[in-house]
Amino acid sequence: MNHIALLMENQPGALSRVIGLFSQRGYNIDSLSVAPTQDETLSRLTMTIGEEGADINQILKQLYKLVDVVMVQNLSEADALTLELAIIKLNKAKTDVEDLLNNYEFEREILDEKDNYTVFKVLGDTQEIEQLLSELKKEEFLEVTRSGTLGMTKGNESLATNDQTKISYD
Amino acid sequence: MAKVMTSGGEALIKALADENVDIIFGYPGGAALHIYDAIYQQDRVQHILVRHEQAATHAADGFARATGKPGVCLVTSGPGATNAITGIATAYMDSIPLVVISGQVPNHLIGTDAFQETDMMGISRPIVKHSFLVQKPEEIPVIVKKAFHIATSGRPGPVVIDVPKNLTDPNEKFEYKFPSDLYLRSFALYDEAENSEVKKAVKLLTEAERPVIYAGGGAINSNAAEEIYEFGKLMGCPVTNTLMGLGVYPASDEQFVGMLGMHGTYEANMVMHEADLIMAIGARFDDRITNNPNKFGLQAKKIHIDSDPSSIDKIIDVDVAMTGNAKKVISQINKELKAMNFDNKKFDGWMKKAMQWRAEHGLNHNMLDQKNPDDIILPQQVIQSAYKATHGKAFVTSDVGQHQMFAAQYYHFNEPRKWINSGGLGTMGFGLPAAMGVKFAFPDETVACITGEGSIQMCIQELSTCGQYGLPIKIINLNNRALGMVKQWQDMQYGGRYSSISYEDSLPDFIKLAESYGHVGMKVEKLSELESAMEECFALKDKLVFLDVYVDPDEHVYPMLKAGGDMSEMFLSKTEKTFE
Repeated sequence: MNHIALLMENQPGALSRVIGLFSQRGYNIDSLSVAPTQDETLSRLTMTIGEEGADINQILKQLYKLVDVVMVQNLSEADALTLELAIIKLNKAKTDVEDLLNNYEFEREILDEKDNYTVFKVLGDTQEIEQLLSELKKEEFLEVTRSGTLGMTKGNESLATNDQTKISYD
Repeated sequence: MAKVMTSGGEALIKALADENVDIIFGYPGGAALHIYDAIYQQDRVQHILVRHEQAATHAADGFARATGKPGVCLVTSGPGATNAITGIATAYMDSIPLVVISGQVPNHLIGTDAFQETDMMGISRPIVKHSFLVQKPEEIPVIVKKAFHIATSGRPGPVVIDVPKNLTDPNEKFEYKFPSDLYLRSFALYDEAENSEVKKAVKLLTEAERPVIYAGGGAINSNAAEEIYEFGKLMGCPVTNTLMGLGVYPASDEQFVGMLGMHGTYEANMVMHEADLIMAIGARFDDRITNNPNKFGLQAKKIHIDSDPSSIDKIIDVDVAMTGNAKKVISQINKELKAMNFDNKKFDGWMKKAMQWRAEHGLNHNMLDQKNPDDIILPQQVIQSAYKATHGKAFVTSDVGQHQMFAAQYYHFNEPRKWINSGGLGTMGFGLPAAMGVKFAFPDETVACITGEGSIQMCIQELSTCGQYGLPIKIINLNNRALGMVKQWQDMQYGGRYSSISYEDSLPDFIKLAESYGHVGMKVEKLSELESAMEECFALKDKLVFLDVYVDPDEHVYPMLKAGGDMSEMFLSKTEKTFE
């Protein structure tokens, strides 16, 4: 599993270029999250690529080659924080859900509930969330939605943007 | 300076002029009409009307390959845009700088399935280096400037500018400003290589026993011919070129072992297989070169120079990678080799070995002397005859198939940019429109299109364009009455089951066809008449001549690498091969 952080121009078409690259080159994206950053001209993506044997360096190079991509980093090779949010709706009572969640370390909160259902959020490690989901039976689910993994490196470094490259002509 | 007020359409053409564009190839239509009106009202940029948008892209592409400058084309929305797609993909695969301007339906109709609407940004996305959808007319000059910069810098490629019709409205004027500087965020370009890498490369080069220089299209794109020649001489070792690289090292030089790969020469493929050092310059180890990558160059260390970091370690892992401009990086290496007075004598034995391979199974370049009782013409003889008639000085464009391989093998290119073919995408129909682009760039030079009766019919309508603009191109049609390369594969791999390769008696009379467009048509069926016909064809300086040459329909292209094998495993003829 590789988590990739990427900064790109916040422009129409930019995201489709990134996504298109994956289908074009035959790679799969497991999860993707994207939103604008504090600099409104930039969007930040976190992508998870789980495919066995995918040539991650080739993927990084191809991504960086896109004109709209400003910076790209493999978080899996850095000391990085990753986090995922899931909202889960089960046809279980709140007490059953609480019993279930006691075995896990992630943050959780019940958001909505009645006798025959409970909606709760969990915030934590992607693998732990997947473990929870795999523990549940199909018939217990009403719905689940996940943010996809989000990530950034620890420490005071940032996925900085290069200054705009000025290209002068005679 | 006085303010210049322009409409979007005028700004587009003015920006092209400011980019020093003299000629564009295109075809008008509804969404592009404001732009065409702007073209009509100026005489700085000449517009060439083709007969199909695919031809516009190939002509611009041929122009770019021959000159090294970006080619420009203009098409309308919908079918105009989709017809351009094959040409854009052709340029993309061969890293050719192209700026393609497509009209788009007006903004308020985008997304409504309007008449002649297609999502050009979406449809072209996987085959462009970059693309722009114009949002405001004022940004047109900046977009044009960015498009040319992106198309021509680093690893070149096609850039699309999609222009909604309402943004070119002649009634909406704004102040025209062509930018003097550009700002592109994090647009990485690679120039010289790191000194440490150069030193590592030189160490491998000088310590090698059996080095080979393998140069491709990237070497031509970076205009590195002079530096590579000097490098070749400093090394004194065998040099081979890819299909895309032919001419970057002179074919007549004694160190040149010919083209390598699928239909490369025996000696070039043997040299690659036996080398202990492979020096790749602007070449990308594609599948037509390496054959089975798991069996490729197993004895060799590898050095790779490329302007695109994603080409490095993509197919073949290398020992020294130098991302940079081939011209500059080779200069750096030459400087080191000269500074150390490198003595290349130790490669003499290796060079002799290459010549020995050539003597054993090299191509026969004197086939014109081989008469046969039936007076049948072999396709190789046609190329040799064309070479002789043009003294090897012509620009040669080709289509795709057997004729392309024969031309690559037998027409000796001594200069870069003279051999113009679709290597990556393999686009039939490329040759004639590409030749038009070359002829517009070099009106006084001889331009020949070596083609086949299959390929030429894919853009045959351009005979009309050639008539309109008086383009005396020489079309050398290797007519074997079948799709020769497909037939060859069906012979070799499908038990001679000729599925859909023949046209029976439905081939046109190419002579009458050429004449109907106002050109000269000539037909040759006998070897004894080939050379005089070829001389006559090239002597008609101001006429397009369609020389229809009936060649042996059963000839195969050899050598041919065995599928899945290594580079020493070749078919040498219908009866000989190098493997069990």
